[in-house]
Amino acid sequence: MATEASAIEQTVAEAERALRGYSGHDVPDDKLLRDCVHCGMCLPTCPTYRLTGSEASSPRGRLWMMRAVADGRLDLLDDAFDEQMYQCLNCRACEAVCPSGVQYGPLVEAARSQLEQHRPRPAWQRVARRVALRFPFDDVRRMRAMVSGLKLYQRSPLPGLLRKSGILRLLRLETLEAMVPPVREPALISGEESWEPDAATNRAHLFNGCVMSTVFSDVNRAAGRSLAHNGYATNVPARQQCCGALFVHAGMMDEARRLARINIDAFESAGEGKIVVTAAGCGAALKEYDHLLKDDASYRIRAKAFSDRVVDVSELLGTGDLVQPGGDVSLDVTFQEPCHLAHAQRISRQPRTILEAIPGLTLTEMRESSLCCGSAGIYNIIRRDMADGLGDRKAESVRDTGVSTVVTANPGCHMQLRTSLRRNGVEADVIHIAQLLDRAYGGQHAAERGDWAFTRGDAPHQSTGKS
Amino acid sequence: MDRTQLIADLERICGPTNVRSVPSDLLVYEYDGSVDGAVDTERPLAVVLPDSTEQVSAVVKLASHNGIPVVARGAGTGLSGGAVARGGGIIIALTRMERVLRVDPVSRTALVEPGVINLELSQLVAGQGMFFAPDPSSQKACTIGGNVAENSGGPHCLKYGVTTNHILGLEVVLHDGDVVWIDAHGPGAAGLDLVAILVGSEGMLGIATKVLVRLMPSPDSVHVHLAAFGSMDDAAAAVTSIIGAGILPASLEMMDHLTIEAVEPAYHAGYPMDAAAVLLVEVDGTRQEVAETSDRIAALCREVGATSFRSAASPAEQELLWKGRKMALAAMGRLAPNYYLHDTVVPRTKLTETLQSVNDISRDFGLPIANVFHAGDGNLHPLMLFDRRRDGDVEKVLEASHALIHACIEVGGALSGEHGIGSEKRGYMELVFTRDDLVAMAGVKDAFDPRGLLNPEKVLPKGYVCGEVRALHNQAMAQKHGIHPM
Repeated sequence: MATEASAIEQTVAEAERALRGYSGHDVPDDKLLRDCVHCGMCLPTCPTYRLTGSEASSPRGRLWMMRAVADGRLDLLDDAFDEQMYQCLNCRACEAVCPSGVQYGPLVEAARSQLEQHRPRPAWQRVARRVALRFPFDDVRRMRAMVSGLKLYQRSPLPGLLRKSGILRLLRLETLEAMVPPVREPALISGEESWEPDAATNRAHLFNGCVMSTVFSDVNRAAGRSLAHNGYATNVPARQQCCGALFVHAGMMDEARRLARINIDAFESAGEGKIVVTAAGCGAALKEYDHLLKDDASYRIRAKAFSDRVVDVSELLGTGDLVQPGGDVSLDVTFQEPCHLAHAQRISRQPRTILEAIPGLTLTEMRESSLCCGSAGIYNIIRRDMADGLGDRKAESVRDTGVSTVVTANPGCHMQLRTSLRRNGVEADVIHIAQLLDRAYGGQHAAERGDWAFTRGDAPHQSTGKS
Repeated sequence: MDRTQLIADLERICGPTNVRSVPSDLLVYEYDGSVDGAVDTERPLAVVLPDSTEQVSAVVKLASHNGIPVVARGAGTGLSGGAVARGGGIIIALTRMERVLRVDPVSRTALVEPGVINLELSQLVAGQGMFFAPDPSSQKACTIGGNVAENSGGPHCLKYGVTTNHILGLEVVLHDGDVVWIDAHGPGAAGLDLVAILVGSEGMLGIATKVLVRLMPSPDSVHVHLAAFGSMDDAAAAVTSIIGAGILPASLEMMDHLTIEAVEPAYHAGYPMDAAAVLLVEVDGTRQEVAETSDRIAALCREVGATSFRSAASPAEQELLWKGRKMALAAMGRLAPNYYLHDTVVPRTKLTETLQSVNDISRDFGLPIANVFHAGDGNLHPLMLFDRRRDGDVEKVLEASHALIHACIEVGGALSGEHGIGSEKRGYMELVFTRDDLVAMAGVKDAFDPRGLLNPEKVLPKGYVCGEVRALHNQAMAQKHGIHPM
């Protein structure tokens, strides 16, 4: 018995010696980790905890695990650790309610970066992961090419045929295909369009994004027009790139930093004025460039200045100064709060201010409006079960309101809501808040009426109407 | 029993995905909401997440058969270590049992599973003009089952009473896995009030799997006032004079200057930063009653020298005033990395005196202590602020705690108003209770749990548990009756 016990002790001791801790770059900040006093106030806000009831799937549990790795009590490469760091949707709902102000987002991102650096993955997996993210997001031109292809595809008879043939299911592309809404307008190319009100009082620079400038270019144009309506001379600075949020979420920090530097350069040359974002996920990432580049001596201060200029379109317009829309938009809507708007950026009131200002529109709040819908960047593509569970829960909340339209403010949510509603047989449209506001201002017809001038290329103040 | 076999049996009962058994999965069940240092962490043998009474019963039966301790756990927000498994037991996490089974608006009751979140029950029935009265600060996260175990209080318990006043019946899994339904038959009913024994028993007597709760009618009108004072004494005097005038506010909460410093910058609740203390007073009832009472309270506060008196104009403003109070404990993270919260209760007439003692202890030990508490019922919440990574801080806090508890008990106080004893304060039980008291409590424990397998090493001090109990009891009886045991 004694020998058995000592043998166990020896094995435990050896295992403990072999525990791998954090090393290299992006180590989770020990001081930030210890801000957590494990009070548990975050639990009910966490989507994965709500679905599982499991402490490991809670923010408190994950922080405790991160701390255990730092303290040498848990192996960095333990499967449970890997699972939890990636099961997290990084929706940041926990952060918004944390009474101790724990900065969960940066911590989980650092932990992921640690796993990226140290987890031995088969070479092909490493390459596949990198290519899958890098190819479309590393350069917005590639995204544009892909989306043009998609648009051609959507307008051809192919979708119907492929769906019928079952090929999509075979290739597991069914969800992806269903998620993407019809691409309505040509891509918005940075540097090529701007919106100039007759009497501009302010300047704004639109952050174009990758998915927003291609799949949702109609939303970006709607935002540009709405900004102009509110006195902002708005352009889309050239040479900007994807915000890098998906890389940050995946722990691929170097790729994210490369994009961040490009964007900082691009918006510095654009001159003064707010940087206006139409995607909550991008906005949250852009506002954290200062954290991302905190160890970069030549960009640290510029990153802070950049982040300070970033605003969400609803944050900028949803105030008492909003120019009252005249057009009637008779719709019953509910508002799905994107996590990266409500939690990461704490913007909750302003979008509602906009919705309440639109004549004819009725806002009915849904249950759990700020609970994650399951989109979370590319989470819904790689973790179907959890994402579908959350999507179903969301669809039921929408169903109970009985509205015809769900308003949101982020492309990921937009696409996830579309599929979730369809899967659950809920007949409701999804629309971006900027599109609603634009509609209330009269949309592109307002430009034709001469309310403000839409310009393209080098021809400022020349009203061209719809592109 | 072989551990592998045990895990296999648990998986058979709850389903493989609802059993945790590898060390890294158990790591996150080694703590609850208690302060590091005051309660030791400990990894359980296994964790199960059942979703029915039958599963809970089967797990308890299996554990009992094998002599393995079991610990029921809700959201794990408790502050006295109650949900930490001592001695390598099985944790039964009831978080998946979160269904509201029935709401009866006529008799104003709800039958709920133990994992239902306190605030979400109130939100669910708000549309029917009702609410669940116990409202601990953790109400956004804590569960009804946990409230039952700890007999939780909250600001509104001044008027409405604590959890035990709101529980009408319980379905309980007993120590051997048997399931019984225990009713509180209503006031004046004959028979032993077993519900009253179960509520607040901290998981030592049984595991509640269904809870029949009383719901209160939402008041027609609610006013929230904030009175600021130039000294703690003045604020305490206001409390005494409000209660002395025969007014029973829904809640009467005090916060001192240090608390205001933590809360105001975090939540912008509108507490004056220059006040030495503020009182948060909520009055509810009919419109006329509330208006009159509010006027009387305002007058009484001014009489004892309130520097300002403000009433929340809108529900949003009321919520904001409350937010500062509800989030106060956790906002302490902004002043110091760690805090240690006490929960002693003193007679209301001794408030001024006790607050002075707390002040002295703070000075003597060189330890900042914030006070945020249920002044109306004398339930103190002194928060000792420290940094556990600084050498000697933890020891200093534990010593100061000792002094503080002594000071409160000396004026006729109690150890805990609402947070429970758990493992954190069991060492202090002998300060407050005589040996006979403890033997009597141990006798109750013994009657419900003869083998001491339900949440062991909690509440009763060492030497008052399990097999020792009967011997102690016999000894005490023998002494009392002048019999000399063999």
